[in-house]
Amino acid sequence: MDLAQNILEIIENDPKIDISEIAALTGRSDEEIRDCVCQLEGDGTIRKYKTIIDWDKVDNGFVYAIIEITVSLERETGYNVVADRISKFPEVRSVRLISGDHDISLTVRGKSMKQVAFFVAEKIATLPQVQSTATHFVLKTYKEDGVILHETEHAERLPIVA
Amino acid sequence: MKQSTQNVSRLLHKRQTRVSDTVQSVPPSGIRRFFDLANELEDVISLGVGEPDFVTPWHIRESCIHTLEQGHTSYTSNQGLPELREEIAGTFRRDHSLNYDPNEEILITTGVSEGIDLAMRAILNRGDEVIISEPCYVSYVPTVIFAGGVPVTVATSIENDFKVTAERIEEKITEKTRAIMINYPNNPTGATMGTKDLEEIADVATEYDLIVISDEIYDKLTYDGKHTCFSSLNGMITNTVLFNGFSKSHAMTGLRVGYALGSSDIIGAMTKIHQYSMLCAPSTSQIAAIDALRNGRVEMERMVREYDRRRHLIISGFNKIGLDCFWGKGAFYAFPSIAGTGMTADEFAERLMLEKRVAVVPGNVFGDSGAGFLRCSYAASRDDIKEALARIGEFVESSR
Repeated sequence: MDLAQNILEIIENDPKIDISEIAALTGRSDEEIRDCVCQLEGDGTIRKYKTIIDWDKVDNGFVYAIIEITVSLERETGYNVVADRISKFPEVRSVRLISGDHDISLTVRGKSMKQVAFFVAEKIATLPQVQSTATHFVLKTYKEDGVILHETEHAERLPIVA
Repeated sequence: MKQSTQNVSRLLHKRQTRVSDTVQSVPPSGIRRFFDLANELEDVISLGVGEPDFVTPWHIRESCIHTLEQGHTSYTSNQGLPELREEIAGTFRRDHSLNYDPNEEILITTGVSEGIDLAMRAILNRGDEVIISEPCYVSYVPTVIFAGGVPVTVATSIENDFKVTAERIEEKITEKTRAIMINYPNNPTGATMGTKDLEEIADVATEYDLIVISDEIYDKLTYDGKHTCFSSLNGMITNTVLFNGFSKSHAMTGLRVGYALGSSDIIGAMTKIHQYSMLCAPSTSQIAAIDALRNGRVEMERMVREYDRRRHLIISGFNKIGLDCFWGKGAFYAFPSIAGTGMTADEFAERLMLEKRVAVVPGNVFGDSGAGFLRCSYAASRDDIKEALARIGEFVESSR
């Protein structure tokens, strides 16, 4: 397997792993790994090292909502202007252009349902391009970014098998 | 008078044991003692397991659930579901340019172990010899004996990266030799054999008209280079019985499903035994196998990439500790030498288990040529491998 791809797959699942361990897993030198990671960071392939947190386990955690919005399009710029504008709000965690009944899907994070609802009403719904919004509060997250939050599976095996 | 004493002694013998001489002649598996020991202790990190630590991919389990919901729980044809045989034939046509007739040349078995048993019973007459490359999986020798054959082992060695050579095989051939049994990628050594190495074996098989029993269950777990199917070698498709399955590649050990490919006379004979003993492989597992072949590549490749990382971690780890370990390119076993420690593999493994709570399998369990080595499975999590290496390192240090 290509070294860069191998490193990306390792880091994606474990961003805290250190360079020397990646070297041991791939049979390369520390320098080779360091150079490759630097290059991947430099060219923007690695955007950020992120942590997946189960906020349900934290007192005063966060409330999430998925907001679907319909927008009126502008000639020339299409969806980009409104998407860029929405993306700039720190409350907005993700912005995606989608197919189907709505045009854009957002994930919004806030400290309470009230705060999220007011944010959508005041900041998103009032944008001139936005025609309608539909807010869906997240009640429980079962899987986030490929990780199942409630349990991990282990193969139950006998201790010694030929 | 003499006659009646003999009769009495025969009767007495009969009362003392009701088990056949053949079965008695096979010693219990050397692995059993370590299994019992590991079971008694707590917090054991096990590198002793010859099966994947991944759970069967969800799409395969989901297809099992679906088929149970649909009530597909009856017998299948003795040879196995036609769709599965077609799928296997298609895979070999596509990946190896080999044409197997799904109606006559493919048999679905309850794992490779059943298949090898069937093959031995199908081809051996009493006293026929089977040459087995060693160290080898623990079932090969007993299977030959149970079928009335005589196992003749050929030692491989670390000097030749545990590859079996045509020369060593040829030395063991007699007029009673019927078959050669090989297993590459290899359990327990992790060794692989390239096309050129295998061609030399094929030449010997052709010259002496021997059947080659090739257990290729670890073929997908080849990390360096490409696996060569024995039956793809020149002229070998008719002389090879090739075994494979889903246990290792798709983490489906407990589902027990494998297959045998070979010429119609041998597959037909094996099917005859299978139909009177096993009837058919479990129907749920056969449907799971179809799903594995149709949709399982992505998950399988993900697991293989992870095994390869662990292979680097564990083999370089052993070499750092001072237990020389050759770079096996297949399966999921490291086979470090403990020659410098002054202990036998049995002693080493037992003390390691008792003193450091790490389970490994002594190499001599797999035949005399495995003496002085340990089989350490890297089908274990990276954290377990790291911890096990640290404990083994301490153990080696304290035993110097």
